[in-house]
Amino acid sequence: MNDAADLVRRALAAIAASADLGTLDAVRVRWLGKKGELTAALKSVGALPAAERRAAGQDINAAKERVQAALDARRGELERRHVDQELIAGRLDVTLPGRGEERGGLHPVTQARLRIEALFARAGFDLAVGPEIEDDFHNFGALNIPENHPARALHDTFYFPDGRLLRTHTSPVQIRAMLAHGAPLAVIAPGRVYRCDHDLTHSPMFHQLEGLVVGENVSFANMKACLHGFLAAFFERDLAMRLRPSYFPFTEPSAEVDMSCVFCAGAGCRTCKHSGWLEISGCGMVHPNVLQASGVDPERYTGYAFGAGIDRLAMLRYGVNDLRLFFENDLRFLRQFRAF
Amino acid sequence: MKLSYPWLKEWVDVAWDASELGARLTMAGFELEGIIASGQYPVLELNVTPNRGDAMSVLGLAREVSALVGKPLTGPARRSVDEQVTDTWPVQVDVPAACPTFLGRVIRGVNNQATTPGWMSERLQSADVRSVSPIVDVTNYVLLELGQPMHAYDLSSLRGEIRVRNALPAERLQLLDARTVDLSDDMLVIADREAAVGLAGIMGGARTAVAAGTRDVFLEVAFFAPAAIQGRARRLGLQTDASQHYERGVDPALPARAMERASVLLIEITGGRAGPVTAVESRVHQPQRAAVDLRRTQLARLLGASIAPERVKSALGALQMKVQDVPTGWRVTPPTHRFDITIEADLIEEVARMVGFGTIAEHEDEVAQHFPQMPRACPPEARVLEFMSARGYHEAITYAFVDPRLQQRLFPERASLALTNPIASDLSVMRVSLWPGLLRAAAENQRRQQDRIRLLERGVCFAVTDNVASEIDTLAAIACGTRLPEQWGVARVAVDFFDLKGDLESLLAATGAEAEFAFETACLSCLNSGRSARVLRQGRPVGWIGELHPDIARELDFTYPPILFELSFYDALRLSPEPYADVSRFPMVRRDVAVVVDENVSLSALRERVILSSSRLLRQCRVFDVYRGPGLETGTKSIALGLIFQDFYRTLTDEDVDQNVASIVAGLRASLNAKIRE
Repeated sequence: MNDAADLVRRALAAIAASADLGTLDAVRVRWLGKKGELTAALKSVGALPAAERRAAGQDINAAKERVQAALDARRGELERRHVDQELIAGRLDVTLPGRGEERGGLHPVTQARLRIEALFARAGFDLAVGPEIEDDFHNFGALNIPENHPARALHDTFYFPDGRLLRTHTSPVQIRAMLAHGAPLAVIAPGRVYRCDHDLTHSPMFHQLEGLVVGENVSFANMKACLHGFLAAFFERDLAMRLRPSYFPFTEPSAEVDMSCVFCAGAGCRTCKHSGWLEISGCGMVHPNVLQASGVDPERYTGYAFGAGIDRLAMLRYGVNDLRLFFENDLRFLRQFRAF
Repeated sequence: MKLSYPWLKEWVDVAWDASELGARLTMAGFELEGIIASGQYPVLELNVTPNRGDAMSVLGLAREVSALVGKPLTGPARRSVDEQVTDTWPVQVDVPAACPTFLGRVIRGVNNQATTPGWMSERLQSADVRSVSPIVDVTNYVLLELGQPMHAYDLSSLRGEIRVRNALPAERLQLLDARTVDLSDDMLVIADREAAVGLAGIMGGARTAVAAGTRDVFLEVAFFAPAAIQGRARRLGLQTDASQHYERGVDPALPARAMERASVLLIEITGGRAGPVTAVESRVHQPQRAAVDLRRTQLARLLGASIAPERVKSALGALQMKVQDVPTGWRVTPPTHRFDITIEADLIEEVARMVGFGTIAEHEDEVAQHFPQMPRACPPEARVLEFMSARGYHEAITYAFVDPRLQQRLFPERASLALTNPIASDLSVMRVSLWPGLLRAAAENQRRQQDRIRLLERGVCFAVTDNVASEIDTLAAIACGTRLPEQWGVARVAVDFFDLKGDLESLLAATGAEAEFAFETACLSCLNSGRSARVLRQGRPVGWIGELHPDIARELDFTYPPILFELSFYDALRLSPEPYADVSRFPMVRRDVAVVVDENVSLSALRERVILSSSRLLRQCRVFDVYRGPGLETGTKSIALGLIFQDFYRTLTDEDVDQNVASIVAGLRASLNAKIRE
């Protein structure tokens, strides 16, 4: 049957020539629709002699199937092309910035403090707090710094007319914590402190970290391990540390804590004044008078205490070289501390 | 203090060079602050802690070095003067407890115009002491060398016997530096028959000072009890070398030695003939160095290290302590110059200092299992700050003391606490709010061309009620500039009240108790009265939000008035999550209703009526539009409400919902004279 073959050839050509889904549908109607040419051809089979009918019917059905398959294939192809075109039309410049609010950030001193709190919490320390306006007893007297003591001259205290004062250190929290909880005890007390001093390296308000551990056999060796462990954890490297004898009225023995300079690793640079060491903390074994004043039996218990500048720790961690930047609240400075 | 290296070498034969010496002294508790050159010699600048007054001299530091290197203390030969005249000057001590030792000596025929020898003035200069005249130079030299303050009077100016007494009421004294000070009766003075001639242990008086023409001098070398001197100089705004020594404690055994040393030097340089020493001493008032027991067990326990008994004894012995064995350890008597050794821990420090803090090995404490308290209600600070920073805020830290004028301008109705000794007049009162600091910080940022500002602060504020100050943990924020950072596709709109309120409401929602909060129309004088609200929690005030008053915004040079909020950290942010409730499995039905009401009707009043007139089926009442303008009478507004209904037990029918809406509408008509907009 040349007719069927011819029909198929012409139908396939029309399918191939269809450039869009609308044209393709018109082609389907023309060949396979109710009045389509192949449909008509199938109808005309009835008019053939009985002997030819079967073969002719098979031919035309096969032709219909081929055309249908070609139509399906072409539809799939055209649909894919249509989606591709839509995607191309809807393409974005993905390098344009995203929409909405910018991230702010936590103050670097707060970030340092939160890091310190997290480290000490894991080491088993509780957090203690105390008021910023203190009385003479907690800030000085109970810390073994009586009236007229020369050490008071070092404190540059801010006073109020009623004799109370802005705490000059976080050490009063030692007294409050011991009075409240007794021994044994392991606490840190980070907080704001105030001294009447303002220059390149001093701010009238700054942040201190106080630590206190009291127990039945708490020793100087324990204190060394604690401070060294903390510094290594805070700075994420094993820094050399040394303790130098010093004097604080509320500890005996007392020491200054030096760590090898984080900038030059001990080789000597401007930050460490070419000594290779940075003074980072003061510490010592709690003076028996302080334990006594806080209701802890100094014969039964011993303890150590330390104090460090949180601002200084933050300066060293972030490489900030001027303390005053922390309190100027310049957004250009603060924006640099957005990271978690 | 400044220590001349060759001067020290005269006292102890140390092989260390200056920098090694500095390093060793640093590790013994005398921190080296630097080495400077004076002439051709190095001078060590050392930090001597206030407990070690005994080390504030060449002799004192030489003692330490001698103990560290194990070499004997030498020093210049000790000589006494030949007494060539018999003259004395009468001395009476009225207060022997304050002045247990007073030595006086007359030296006649000195020449105060002689030249101070070069070696002496060089050494004075190495300690930053100016050469004045031979007499003054000698007294200063002996102070630097031995640590004994002394004073020389022009004998011809003394009127009658010397008396050591407390100052009289309203007594005044003109000092050597020409200042006149008002004395109080707890101050110790040296007086003659007429008046005070010196402030004991602090500074001499002008009238009796030696001068170029001085021929006869009266030398005073005394021991004053530290308690009689401490604090007085500071109260008078003075700080002298003498007061620093006496406050910390001068060796009571030193006066006689210092008297001879000074007399010898003075006569060598200025000539003159010395008389015998007049000594007024009270033995019972001499400080006694009590023996202190050091237990082996306590030494080991406190240091967490064991130190050989021989090492303990040698360390203490090297520091001139008398050490006696007792069954539990040692009985130790400190030397007269050590005022700081009174308890066992002081001895433990000395032993540790001598063996070196570095030799004590680190030892980690055994930590017992311990769970801290973590109350659910306590707002987690880090998460609060993190939440706000995710909404664009930068945390600021401002000073707790602020400018009283700004604070008064913002909060004229609040009392504040003033510092007695502020560092500056604009940092002189304690803040009653974080706003003064944040406004200042925002204004400064605007000056630095930062036009979009969002700052946050958490800190203590100091409220004063009935003269009692309380510290209130506070959280505050400020926003000014555009609503969003400059970006494509979004119009530049100034931040307004509702932007900040949105941030605040989101933060408050983190308490888990949104329903406890309400915003009430209220005004503070620093806020725009039409754009401010008090934040209430369960009816109690916990904060404020508002737009800065336009007058104040102008005064602070803001282009647009900033929006601010402030909360009491714990009261507002205390966590109180509502208990978990089951979720309904049945569909929600929404009906929108536009209600026209008078301009004065607040949304909260409207919402309250809606809730009152509906049944439990109303789950939510949202506002999705507020309209004023054409089509509405002036003075009215249309509020579009989205009412959402849902039941727990069944699917709602149209009739259920219609009934509810009708009842709400009727309620609004009746109570608020509302019209329903079709």
